[in-house]
Amino acid sequence: MLRYVLRRLLTAIPTMFVIVTISFFLMRVAPGGPFNQEKGLNPVIKANLERVFHLDQPLWRQYLYYLQNLLKGDFGPSYNLPDFTVADLFASGLPVSIQIGSMALGLALIVGIALGIWAALHQNQGTDYAVVALATAGSTIPTFVIAPLFQLAFALSLKWFPVGGWGDGAWVNKVGPILTLMLPQLAIVSRLMRGSMIEALHAHHIRTARALGLSEFSVVLKHALRGALLPIISYAGPAAAALLTGSVIVETIFQIPGIGRYFVEAALNRDYTLVMGTVVVVAIFTVLFNFIVDLLYAAVDPRVRYD
Amino acid sequence: MQPPILSLNDVRVTFTTLDGEVEAVRGVALDVHAGETVAIVGESGSGKSQLMMAVMGLLARNGHASGRADYRGVNLIGMPKSELNTIRGSKITMIFQEPMTSLDPLYTIGNQLMEPIIRHRKLNKTEARVRALDMLRLVSIPEPERRLNSYPHELSGGQRQRVMIAMALANNPDILIADEPTTALDVTIQAEILELMAALQRELGMGLVFITHDLNIVRRIADRVVVMRHGEIVEQGPAKEIFARPQHPYTKELLSAEPEGRKAPVAAGAPEILVGDNIRVTFNIGGGFLSGPPLVLKAVDGVSVHLRQGQTIGIVGESGSGKSTLARALLRLLPSQGPVHFDGQDISAKSVKDMRPLRSELQVVLQDPFGSLSPRLTAGQIVTEGLLVHEPAISAAERDRRAIAAFTEVGLDPRLRNRYPHEFSGGQRQRIAIARAIILKPKVVVLDEPTSALDRQVQKQIVELLRKLQREHNLSYLFISHDLAVVRAMSDHIMVMKDGKLVEQGTPDEVMGNPREDYTKRLMAAAFAA
Amino acid sequence: MTEQTAILPADKGRSLWADAWARLKANRAAVISGIYLMIMAFACIVGPFFTPHDYTTIYQDYNRVPPSLSAYPKPNQLDLAVKDAVKRARLDLAKWEEKDDKIITSVTSGKPIDERVTRYLDRSDVLENTLVTDKSADGLSLTMTSDVEKKYFYFGTDNSGRDVLTRVLMAGRVSLSIGLLAGLVAVVIGVLYGATAGFAGGKTDEVMMRIVDILYALPFIFFVIMLVVFFGRNFILMFLAVGAVMWLDMARIVRGQALSIKRQEYVQAAEALGVTRWGILIRHIVPNLLGPVIIYMTLLVPQVIILESFLSYLGLGVQEPMSSWGVMISQGAKNMPSANWLIIIPALFLTSTLFALNFIGDGLRDALDPKDR
Repeated sequence: MLRYVLRRLLTAIPTMFVIVTISFFLMRVAPGGPFNQEKGLNPVIKANLERVFHLDQPLWRQYLYYLQNLLKGDFGPSYNLPDFTVADLFASGLPVSIQIGSMALGLALIVGIALGIWAALHQNQGTDYAVVALATAGSTIPTFVIAPLFQLAFALSLKWFPVGGWGDGAWVNKVGPILTLMLPQLAIVSRLMRGSMIEALHAHHIRTARALGLSEFSVVLKHALRGALLPIISYAGPAAAALLTGSVIVETIFQIPGIGRYFVEAALNRDYTLVMGTVVVVAIFTVLFNFIVDLLYAAVDPRVRYD
Repeated sequence: MQPPILSLNDVRVTFTTLDGEVEAVRGVALDVHAGETVAIVGESGSGKSQLMMAVMGLLARNGHASGRADYRGVNLIGMPKSELNTIRGSKITMIFQEPMTSLDPLYTIGNQLMEPIIRHRKLNKTEARVRALDMLRLVSIPEPERRLNSYPHELSGGQRQRVMIAMALANNPDILIADEPTTALDVTIQAEILELMAALQRELGMGLVFITHDLNIVRRIADRVVVMRHGEIVEQGPAKEIFARPQHPYTKELLSAEPEGRKAPVAAGAPEILVGDNIRVTFNIGGGFLSGPPLVLKAVDGVSVHLRQGQTIGIVGESGSGKSTLARALLRLLPSQGPVHFDGQDISAKSVKDMRPLRSELQVVLQDPFGSLSPRLTAGQIVTEGLLVHEPAISAAERDRRAIAAFTEVGLDPRLRNRYPHEFSGGQRQRIAIARAIILKPKVVVLDEPTSALDRQVQKQIVELLRKLQREHNLSYLFISHDLAVVRAMSDHIMVMKDGKLVEQGTPDEVMGNPREDYTKRLMAAAFAA
Repeated sequence: MTEQTAILPADKGRSLWADAWARLKANRAAVISGIYLMIMAFACIVGPFFTPHDYTTIYQDYNRVPPSLSAYPKPNQLDLAVKDAVKRARLDLAKWEEKDDKIITSVTSGKPIDERVTRYLDRSDVLENTLVTDKSADGLSLTMTSDVEKKYFYFGTDNSGRDVLTRVLMAGRVSLSIGLLAGLVAVVIGVLYGATAGFAGGKTDEVMMRIVDILYALPFIFFVIMLVVFFGRNFILMFLAVGAVMWLDMARIVRGQALSIKRQEYVQAAEALGVTRWGILIRHIVPNLLGPVIIYMTLLVPQVIILESFLSYLGLGVQEPMSSWGVMISQGAKNMPSANWLIIIPALFLTSTLFALNFIGDGLRDALDPKDR
């Protein structure tokens, strides 16, 4: 077990390295630089700035600098928000994104699993069709449509919630973003759960359990559900990585100070360190959650071995 | 006489499908008494399984049962689930064919074994554990304490079926329904499980309903036989009676479906056509960067084959014995060591390309009639595919003419040649596969379990067809099967394999009548015990 | 072998494709969706030629007018437009009235009026064919009649006064073609890659799939954004970027299928017949691979459209004056709640198309891969 964990962590290192390397060079082949747009910037000041940030050095040396700093846990300063380091920005933004993302995913998992089981048990009945319809709608309508429509209906017309803003974390401010983030996840989870539950209920060992007179409760929630959860676990890992690192759309539309909104802005401004920082954080989350998925998988399914 | 414990009356089962209502069981009446063994016999699709599923309330969602199934005077059909659950698993239980999937893979044997005990006997965990251990000992599972903590995938197929039986019998039921419980097992294991069931039945005195298509088993264990066809009972009575004096023509047909006859040995001077010397095939399992050296599996370990013209060599063995691998090695479809000669020339070193011209003379028919035909080609295209390779010059019209001839030869209506595989029955598909092989006028045909997936009567027809083709074309067969009855009828020389090695060989009478080796003896005893 | 042998007639078989087609036709949601999509595609391709406006034409007098089936101008717009035109001509409006569908405008001025002022009225989007009917002797007042220019904006106009109907159809062209082409790019890459890995097997397969695993671990949506940001907003690049992200799933699916088909007995049988690798690929593997590929592609197209809309929404997509549904939705979102049709209409077009594509995908999956066989 411990060996397995260690080996998994070891294999994560080359993956991270590849991600950082590709991102770094991909970003640098693009035309433009962080200080090019600022019109009227005195060439001397520009040169000074570039020297301060090592941008006058050859690319490979910059790359080594970056790696070196990264290993020390230093993401560097943000070029375009000069009063902040990248780490500062994450320190204030990440908790917000994690809060919204985990609430959305948690709700989606709880409600989605329940809906999926319910639909599977009432296959081809009205309730089933209702869940399927909801799932189709939720996974078909993009977030950037749902979010403004939510604002239009519940904030501007009914005035139940504020249109946007964080309000220092007041719950009324979180409802919109959480619901908008949750809906597509809810759709996918309930659809996945319905499918895998129907399949699980057809398994031979379910027939055995019934033939042995076990209660419907045990048949469904002990024997069918455990196996049916496996696809959900596989799905939830990458989904968690994506949700906890913030959504550009939701954070922009609801004006939430998370980290999801940084990437596009930073990329447009050639804010190299902020772009790299975001990529690294997302990659860490991805690797971490894939690892958690593997552990959970092994916990649920004894056939999976650590080797 | 005591009243029956289970009495079925006018039981009907219908399934709602896209093509409308399909009646799977059409009014069956049947009694089961305490302590007797009733065998329900029939082909696949005869409704024998669905009948008992209906009794147990286990029909698929689209199935519907009507009629009466009285267990000690209470009708089980239409009974609410909660009430039914006090009887299922406690008074009546059922075990199934698939030992690999019938246990929940995610829970330990102990957990699964204790659950019905706790539920029906209202015992606490410690008491249930004691009972579970007793049951595992009863079904002769070695190291029962350790096995309680094992997961199903850590057990062999035979052991799993023993655990299934333990689970079913844990609450001392009145009736055990066994749906083909041994079909998926190797013959020697099959025999052990059957023995176990018979012993337990004597010991516990329960009624046993045994659903099977295998008359050998019926002969061995049944007190009473019920023959079903097309959802109806065509005949029932005491086993001795049925076997001695079958009344209904269908029963007669079933009883005579055992392939008959023997094959005369070929002349001593017949030329050897396919010779393999000391063939070895090894597979590397796993291995690679970080995971250490691979596990080397010797699938075939030094087996020699000398096939003469017109001869049929039967290769028998259980799953994993390496018989199919040996055949593939001889056909040069797998890399192997050891020289292989076909028609005098050494083919063991030939490349894929150099082998191609020889393929028309060295043909194969595979086991699975559903998997061996490409689902998106017509039967005609499948049969003539070899002609495209070996006689690319001939015209489409000529190919069609040959296809018609081949269809006729294997006893298929040539007008069906534009149909697709899914439109044929299992037996017809196997005929298509045979036509595909013989259209190339081969000298040697490897038959890899060609009859195993078929019902007995169909099996018999295919055996007859293969014999006819052998006579007419002087073919040499390598006949691979685990079904000894079919092998005995087809071959004039038999090789017995186990774990990749040759155990014993000789004429059918030598090997089957007077086996020398232990393993062969067990194999024969299991297959032909009366 | 004589040619006289009568060719025996043969029954017609029903192929799996025919079966699937029959099943698809029985699926009402899929059929309706198919028809809907065809109409949508036809409307987007042909529609802009027949709508009364060009997608770039700007009507200053019709900023953000709501959807209406009746003709514009409405009375208050007429009033505004007349006053506006007169003001622009630096004249004073004495009065205007509507009579027999003509607008009669009387104007005065401190200076003699040049008759060419009619062009100021004509220049408005509301009036046309303005003629001077009466002129006072001193030339200080003038009466003109003009026709009302009737315009229809069934879906209203946007912020700059462009016809939303035409624009939403033009945007549909972009969204649909990106969906289709980028989907195709993803399928082609995915199928080639996956089939090669699956069919080659062994070490090649291992290496190729390890690469896919690594690519999966990359935060790919970021890479698309980077590509688009750094290399400019190029239509072709959009296809490539989106296609490049979406092929991974396809490759995995195809590889899995190829591996399982390769192990089928019919492939072994073909090998035993001496059929070449190429023959096996063409006759046995490809036809059996086609089903899953078609299913996946129909499910891929809506994903691609969403991704494109997402990029467009972020301002990384197609650029003005071209538009896509995502662009229109993002502009609409900025105009809530005063002009909600600007978001509702493109959102309706986008989601209904996505729904239709999903229903077709589900229908195809049920038709090509029925579990109850």
